[in-house]
Formats: sequence, structure tokens, C-alpha cells
Amino acid sequence: MTTRIFGSGIRRREDPRLITGGATYTDDVQLPGMLYAAILRSPHAHAKINSVDTSAAAAAPGVVAIYTGADTDGVLNPIPCAWVPPGADLVAVAHPSIAKDVARYQGDAVAVVVAEDRYQAEDALELINVDYSPLPAVTNPEAAMQPGAPQLHEDAPNNQAFHWVAEGGDTDVAFEAADVIVKDKIIQQRLIPNAMEPRSAVASWTRATGELTLWSTSQNPHICRFLASLVTGIGEHKIRVIATEVGGGFGSKIPMYADEMIASFCSMQLGLPVKWTATRSEGFLSTIHGRDHVEYVEMAATREGKITAIRTKIYAGMGAYLSTAGPGVPTILHGLIYSGAYDIGATKADVYGVFSNTTPVDAYRGAGRPEATFLVERLVDLLAVELGIDPVELRRKNLIPKFEDGHDVASGITYDSGDYEPLLNMVLGQADYQALRQEQTRLQESGHYMGIGVTCYAEICGLGPSQVAGAVGFGGGLWESAIVRFHPTGKVNVYSGISPHGQGEETTFAQIISDELGVDVDDVSIVHGDTSNTPMGWGTYGSRTTAVGAAAMVLAARKIKEKARLLAAHLLEAAEADVEYVDGHFTVKGSPDQTKSIQELATMANVAWNLPEGMEPGLEASAFYDPPNFVYPFGTHLAVVDVDADNGHIVIRRYIAGDDCGPQINPMIVEGQVHGGVVQGIGQALWEGAVYNDDGQLITGSMVDYALPRAHLLPNMEVLSTETPSPHNPLGVKGIGETGAIASTVTVYNAVIDALRPLGITSLEMPLTPEKVWRAIRQQQGS
Amino acid sequence: MFATKFDYQKASSVSEAIQLLASNPGAKIIAGGHSLLPMMKLRLTSILMLIDIGGIEEMRGISVANGILRIGALTTHAEIADSHDVKDNAGILWETAYGIGDPQVRNRGTIGGNISHADPASDLPTVLKVMDAKFTIQGTGGIMRGGSRTVSADDFFLGPFETALGENEILTTIEMPVLAANQHAEYAKMAHPATSFAVVGAGIVVTVENNICTAARVAVGGFTPIPTRGPSVEQALVGKELNEENIVAATSLIHNDLGSDVFGDVFASAEYRQAMAAIELKHAIYHATGFAHHN
Ligand SMILES: Cc1cc2nc3c(=O)[nH]c(=O)nc-3n(C[C@H](O)[C@H](O)[C@H](O)COP(=O)(O)OP(=O)(O)OC[C@H]3O[C@@H](n4cnc5c(N)ncnc54)[C@H](O)[C@@H]3O)c2cc1C
Repeated sequence: MTTRIFGSGIRRREDPRLITGGATYTDDVQLPGMLYAAILRSPHAHAKINSVDTSAAAAAPGVVAIYTGADTDGVLNPIPCAWVPPGADLVAVAHPSIAKDVARYQGDAVAVVVAEDRYQAEDALELINVDYSPLPAVTNPEAAMQPGAPQLHEDAPNNQAFHWVAEGGDTDVAFEAADVIVKDKIIQQRLIPNAMEPRSAVASWTRATGELTLWSTSQNPHICRFLASLVTGIGEHKIRVIATEVGGGFGSKIPMYADEMIASFCSMQLGLPVKWTATRSEGFLSTIHGRDHVEYVEMAATREGKITAIRTKIYAGMGAYLSTAGPGVPTILHGLIYSGAYDIGATKADVYGVFSNTTPVDAYRGAGRPEATFLVERLVDLLAVELGIDPVELRRKNLIPKFEDGHDVASGITYDSGDYEPLLNMVLGQADYQALRQEQTRLQESGHYMGIGVTCYAEICGLGPSQVAGAVGFGGGLWESAIVRFHPTGKVNVYSGISPHGQGEETTFAQIISDELGVDVDDVSIVHGDTSNTPMGWGTYGSRTTAVGAAAMVLAARKIKEKARLLAAHLLEAAEADVEYVDGHFTVKGSPDQTKSIQELATMANVAWNLPEGMEPGLEASAFYDPPNFVYPFGTHLAVVDVDADNGHIVIRRYIAGDDCGPQINPMIVEGQVHGGVVQGIGQALWEGAVYNDDGQLITGSMVDYALPRAHLLPNMEVLSTETPSPHNPLGVKGIGETGAIASTVTVYNAVIDALRPLGITSLEMPLTPEKVWRAIRQQQGS
Repeated sequence: MFATKFDYQKASSVSEAIQLLASNPGAKIIAGGHSLLPMMKLRLTSILMLIDIGGIEEMRGISVANGILRIGALTTHAEIADSHDVKDNAGILWETAYGIGDPQVRNRGTIGGNISHADPASDLPTVLKVMDAKFTIQGTGGIMRGGSRTVSADDFFLGPFETALGENEILTTIEMPVLAANQHAEYAKMAHPATSFAVVGAGIVVTVENNICTAARVAVGGFTPIPTRGPSVEQALVGKELNEENIVAATSLIHNDLGSDVFGDVFASAEYRQAMAAIELKHAIYHATGFAHHN
């Protein structure tokens, strides 16, 4: 092929519409006769609902209807949890769309008003009179399991949602035999995802046909349809879910939420379209949260620094109800990846899923893997200090050596391919690690605290083989499918069940197909997001969109090429074996004049005037791809920080991200994903964290108190990469959507602790606010 | 994010705005809307009528005459951050304006709105206090309609979101003496990472002759109900050489000037903010006097 567009950093075709206001988001959808819903949410974290008086609100201007839990009870089925890890005694508590008897978190829906406009709906909310009896609340997952803690669900004693243990190798033996053991308690604080676009739903029920159309801010419209069918009882064939433009998700738009089902219920009651859009404050309370672990972690090693085992006990907050994929996050996506980038003989995760009076917790960028990477990399740094070995050397000593086709780790999973050390070396070279260490010593002598954090990670993504999905209790498959269709003019549409929402895959997918079929990249359009015109797919999350979704497209494109070759042989009156494909043309070997472009063949296939005997018209193909394994990107990240001992301020001086996601389709987009992920991870290290008071009120309930990362507080990002292909998917690609967030939190955290170590500080709770740092320093100085 | 119902009127002159205020109980002025609208949308306040003063030209603009820098109340933070007159004559204000919020906030928010709102976390009240600014207020006050009065920054701020502005009054102009060559001014703030609002803000104006501080105005804000002047610090600075030892000793006295009403929140406790007041003051003086950040 002359030029390959695969690998070139062309601009994202999505951007013109996204940055000029030309995109249509769910909230932009306007339908004739549309009504507006506003949801009344419990102001209490835990309260008995004695009565709901809607009479005054019902009489307010513009109000069409008001529904409470009594109305939805028995009509809407509970919101399902779709990930039930096996052997974990999971208690699938009922999650009603509208709370009827008890509100279990601040933000639990209690009633919905439907009015002619949104302002009227909001005004009427204030007129609903709910008589609550507040109950004691608990928000910390460890505290929730202690005797005497307030209980959320009768069927879940001690607030235990599940208990999951995964051990590979014999950790007890390894810890017995260990020369050194390091331990820590880690609080993975609760995070509040904030996609730029708030969640929104437009539900339109057609009474005459019994069909529901639901525009929904979903990362996975086909799953949304499936779950909507379970909740509403409408057959899947009569539900159409449309995820039009979705303005970011980061995991928070995977779940099925009560709100979308409430909007659907309202539309079905009234026979008119109903729109609901979260306000930002509503999003803080009702959109899933992330992380929320209390962890006790330990690592065993030999005196020489060979890591032999990792063992944890984890209280993972699930919130008041189990969200769609919630239980899978601290278990399957977390406890199986404790080996990280290292050769470790035994690992054990002992995880309690815990109910608390908080917003449900589910997958948030990285989902389980940032938490796992954090504890592994934290323990490695502690071990380095304990043994007096440079943390980089300790890592190098334990890295898994290069492997091309599979490496089994203790937990039972098999990494696909990896070559970790070159990337480590590249990052150290870029940083000039030795010089940094010398500078650190020099500065320390003059009372300046500079720190260096270096972490190595390997993560699991590209979810995943469906058979494994079944085995680990995921309530669906994880394959993808695609239809690639040539139009008579030689232009191409690709229809995919995957659902990108800002990542740029309309561009990268077009690059892939352009290369596969030898057509101009601008002649390829990707269609996604609408269950009525795309084939089944499981959606965009877990960095699977390219590794799984694009793989299906490639297989379909290859089928098309094969058909086109047969047609070319027929038209050129050549033997099939003599026709070869080069760069969009099918040519008879040795006769360059005897050639047909793929566009010409597309025309002929579509008009079907002259096809070989028995060939069907049209030039399109569909393919299903179920990956044989996950993919395992890896990398090394390095941060340099300066800490001001006067006020506790942290400044990230440098950040170097070295990531290997296999062959890069579009390096610019890869870099963008790295930037975004790293920034999100830094947010957790330095600024973000949900804070509840003792009554379970969310104190950080808006952007005034919840600090998202801001550009001027971040360093220039230095992005490096190597490209180690995955052996098992047709493109060799891995995932890059989450790596940044997986690696950066602990990289920055380790750098800060490294800076403070001369002061005797070995551990701090995130986010590392200036005050926490300042207090720790003062405490050390006072002691 | 949905305000309660309100009416809207656009005023084309100061007197019209005052008249509208006086004849519509429950009405409120809107300038850039960057404080008022969020409060309305969060339903923290409910307003019957907004009187938009955004089109009143006489309330805009920056000029310098007779040693006085004059800024119309409707001037935006961005305009101040863009002004050579401000940069050359009140560099402290110029820099502070640039550190407010983010570009959207600076493009819409006005100096008059910032002051009138009197949010304890704002930067400008502290800065205008150390700059000894005077505010011109117009209203129906007294016998004469449109009667105007002048209030000094020291007297203007009465409490959180509480000022000397009367019910039907409008702040029209902010004036301050331009800095002399031997005066050094600086505002240092610990900004909240979410908003850039002041967690602790410290403003200083020092007059230095032959290396000796001959006069000082000091104030801290962000964590006290109104910007708090620091007489203990001022006294300790005057007559001293501005070296590290003297600066540290003087600024550490700020705790004597802070009342018991000191704010804290989940991001930064009251105790921490008090301690930071001295640190930020120190930074401000270091910067102002070129005693650069060498520690
Ligand atoms: C995200 C964000 C970040 C911010 N960060 C900072 C920061 O870092 N530092 C900082 O100092 N500020 C900050 N602010 C506040 C911002 O500076 C103020 O919102 C702005 O200056 C207010 O001016 P305005 O013109 O928008 O006032 P408006 O919102 O229009 O009005 C505010 C109040 O003042 C009254 N008012 C307005 N003008 C007059 C007048 N001429 N006479 C009498 N009354 C009047 C109004 O009636 C209203 O009560 C931030 C705001 C936001 C939203």
C-alpha cells in the first residue's frame, strides 16, 4: 500500500460539529407536544417516607401529572444490577425507580412532576410536601459493616452486598516465608464523575403501536435497550434507544438509571413525549460515583527485593443500591490485576461490597484498575524504602520479562503481550532520572522538598471474551459486530453497535476502514448510537471500542474484499487466483491494465447487471468478533513535584507518560486520551473527593466545592510510547482510554510522599490538599 | 439550575436605573450576572425584577487624572486586566483582576458587581481596601433625587454580602490614588482550586524610603466576614528595614488583628487559613519589594 492512513494523526472529524454548536445532544431533541419532567429528590440520606402530598403541586400552573413511588410500584420492575460476581453471595436488593417507603440516599427519587415547561416543573417540585422521618445514616463502607451501624436493606445484614475472594498461588505461605512485609491502609476516596454533558432522557411512547423510543445519554444504547425492556416489560423489538451525541461519560453513562425509566414511565402514562435533563447539582447526587474503597493492603518480599505476594482486605462502597456494573468493578476489574507489571507468585483479594447511604458507585474511568495499580505501586514504594533500594531498581528487578504470546499471572488471567523494560528506560531517559535524584538531594540540603514518582503498570481492558464475561457473572456478552456497506457510488458506511461519545472513533474507525478497503478516508462514515440502525453491540467502556469494535469492522471489510475479488475476476475474465488486491484495486497479475477499482466493483455489485453465477447483489458484509482474550496495555509514568513546606502547596513540575497500547491508529488521538486520563487521575491525587457529613449530606455537591482539574494547575504533558502488538486481535491494538487515569494518581501520590519522606511523612489521605500536607509537616516538626 | 420567574428591564441611564429600583419593590440590579445568576439558578434567592445596567455607558471606562485612577463600576475584570492605565498606576489591581476566576468570569464580571456583592471570598474588596479606594454611590437619598455620596472602602463593607449600599442605590465609580514611585503594592492569594476564589487573600501597600518602610496598609480576606485590616502588622512594619527577619516578624502578627469570626470549610479549615494569612502576607511583601521568592 502506498500510503497508510492508519497511523497518521489526522484531525478529528467530530470536532467541527462539537466545537461550533452543531451537534445534537439528547437535551437538544425537541418533539411535538413534548412535556418536561423534574424529579423530586430526597434531601435526607436515610429517611422513612410517611406520606407524599402532591395536591398543591398538582394545582400549580402548567402541571400535567405528578407520580410517586406508589404509582410506579408494580408497574416498573426494579432497576437491575447486571454484574453478579460468582461465589460472592451477592444480595440483589430491589432498587425501585421511585422510592416508596424509604429514601436511602440524598438524591433518591421520591416523586416526579411533568409540566408544560421545565420551569413550571421545577416550581411545582417546591410545592410537594413529603413527610419524612429521618433515620441514622452511614456513608463510610468500613463503618457500615461494623456492629450497630444503620442498616439499609432488610435482606442485606451488616450492609454486606457481597463478599468476593480471589486467590492465586498461596499467599499465606508466601507471607509466612517473607523476609519483609510492608503494609498500608489506603483510602480510595469517592469521586464524582462530571462529564461535560449532564445526563438526559427523552422518552416517546407511541400508544397505537406500543413502541418506546428513548433518547438517552448512554455509552451503550443496546444494553440500555435490553435493561429498559426488563424494567418496562416492553419487548426489545419495540424499544428503540438513541444515544445521539453524548458529551462524555467516563463510565458514568454505562448504567441504567432510575431517571430514564421514570421519564419512560411518564411518557407511557401520558402518551406524550417527556424530557428529563439533570441539572449539574442533580448530577452530583444522582449520577454514579466512583472508587470509594477502604483498603488494608500488604506485600511480601525477600530481602533481595523479590516481591512474592500481595494480599488485601477491601471494603468497597456500593452506595445505597447496586448499580448496573457496580459489583464487577472492585472484584473482577480490580482483584485479578494485582500482579501489575510484575512477576508475583501469589495474590489475594478479599473484597466486601458494602451498602451505604450514598449515591450508587459504578465504573469510573479505569474502574477498579486505578485502585489496583495504586495499591501495588504504593506498596512497591514502601518496600523500596524498607529495603533501601532505589524504587526504580526495585521495579526493574520485578518486571515481567518480555513475552509475545501470553504470560500467566497468579490470579489466573493471561496477559497478551508485553515488553516493559524499554518503556521504563525511555521514560527514565526522558526525565534524566539520575540528574533528578541529584537535584533532589541538592534541594533537600537547602530545605526544598522535591519528589519523584515512578510507576510501572499493566492493566486489563478490551473487555473481553464473552465466555469469560459469563464466567465472571457479567450479565451479557462482550463481543461486537459491524456491518460495512458500499453504496453504489463507492462510498462506505460502517454500522457499529459500539457507541463512541467524544473519544474520536468516528475518525480512527474511518482510518482503519479506509486502509482496509483502499478508499479515501473521507469516503467512509461511521454510524453508531441508534439501536434501530446499528447491529447489536455491547457498547463503549473498558477501553474495548477499538480492540473489539474495530476488530469486527475489519473482519467485515475483509469479507467485502474477498467478494470484490471474485467479482473483479469475473469482470476481468481472469482466474480468481490471478487477481490480486493492491491499494483499492483488483488487478490481474502481470497485466496492470486489467484492473478494477473497488469503487467500480461497488457500483457493479449494487446495480447487479453482471455478476458471477450465484453471487448475491450488493457489496456489504457483517461480522461478529468475540475476542479470545482481553488486551493488556502497559507503561511507565513519572512525575516530579515540588512541595512548599510553608503552606503545603504541591506543584507538579513535570509529568511523563509512557504508554504502550499497541499500534497507534492516530497518535494525536492517543495523545489526547493520555492527556485526559492523566489529568483525571491527577484530579484524584490532588483535588477531587466527595465529602459527606455525619448525616449523609453531600458537602461537595457542586463545582464550587468539588474541584475538578484546571488547565492552569497542570504541567505540560510529555507523552512517550512503544508499540507492542497484541497477538490476538486483527489490528494488534490494545486500549488507551483509561491508562492515564490508571497510572497517574499513584504516580503523583508517590512523588509527593517521596518529597516529604525526609520530613518523616510516609502516608497521607487523598486528595492531597495543601492543608493536609501542611498539617502532616507540622505534626512531624512538632514531634 | 432554573430560576424562579422574574421580570426584566433594561436601564439606559443611572437615574433611570435608580428610578426603576425605587418603583419596583423586590427589584435588583444586574451587571455581569456572574454572582447573581448562579444564586438565582440555585434558587438561593428569588428576585421579582432584574434591572439590567449593562448598557449604561456612563458607568464604564478607566481614566487617570490628578493622581486619581477612576474606574466605572461596569468595567469588567478583563478590561481592567487589559488596561495600561491600571497596570501603570495600580499594578496590584491589574494583576488581581487577571487572577479572578476564569476567562468567562473575567469577561462578564464587573468590578462594581464584585464589590456590591461583597462575597467574603472575593479578591477585590481586600485589594481596594489596601488601595484606600473610594466608591461613589448614587441614589434617591436625601432631598435631591440622584444625590450622590462617597464611601471609603474601609467603611463600605459591613459583613458577608452586606455593604453600605442603600436600598435604591447604585455604585457608579471606584476611585483610588495612583501608586507613587516609592509605593509597592501586591496581592497574594491562595486560590481555591475549584473556582479561584480566595481561600486566603493578602493585600499590602508599603511605602519605602531609603530602604525603610515609612507607611503600610495591610489587609487580609477570603476567610473573614469582610476584608480585615492588619494594624498590628502595619505598625510593626513602619520604621523598619524590609528584610526577611522583619517581614516574617511583622506578618506573623496578623493573628492579633483577626477577630474570632474566621471561616473554614472542607478544603481549608479556619486554623489553617489563619496560619496562611501570615504566609500570604509575607509572600505579598516579598513580591512587592522585589525581595523575591528566594526562600
Ligand atoms: C466560577 C466563578 C469564579 C469566580 N472567581 C472569582 C475570583 O477568583 N475572585 C473574585 O474576586 N471573584 C470571583 N468570582 C466572582 C466574580 O468576580 C463576580 O461574580 C463578579 O465580579 C460579579 O460582578 P457581576 O457584574 O457579574 O455582578 P452581578 O452578578 O451582576 O451582581 C452581583 C450583585 O451586585 C449587585 N450589583 C451589581 N452591580 C451593581 C452596582 N453597580 N451597584 C449596586 N449593586 C450592584 C447586584 O444587584 C447583585 O446583587 C467568580 C465567579 C464565578 C462564577
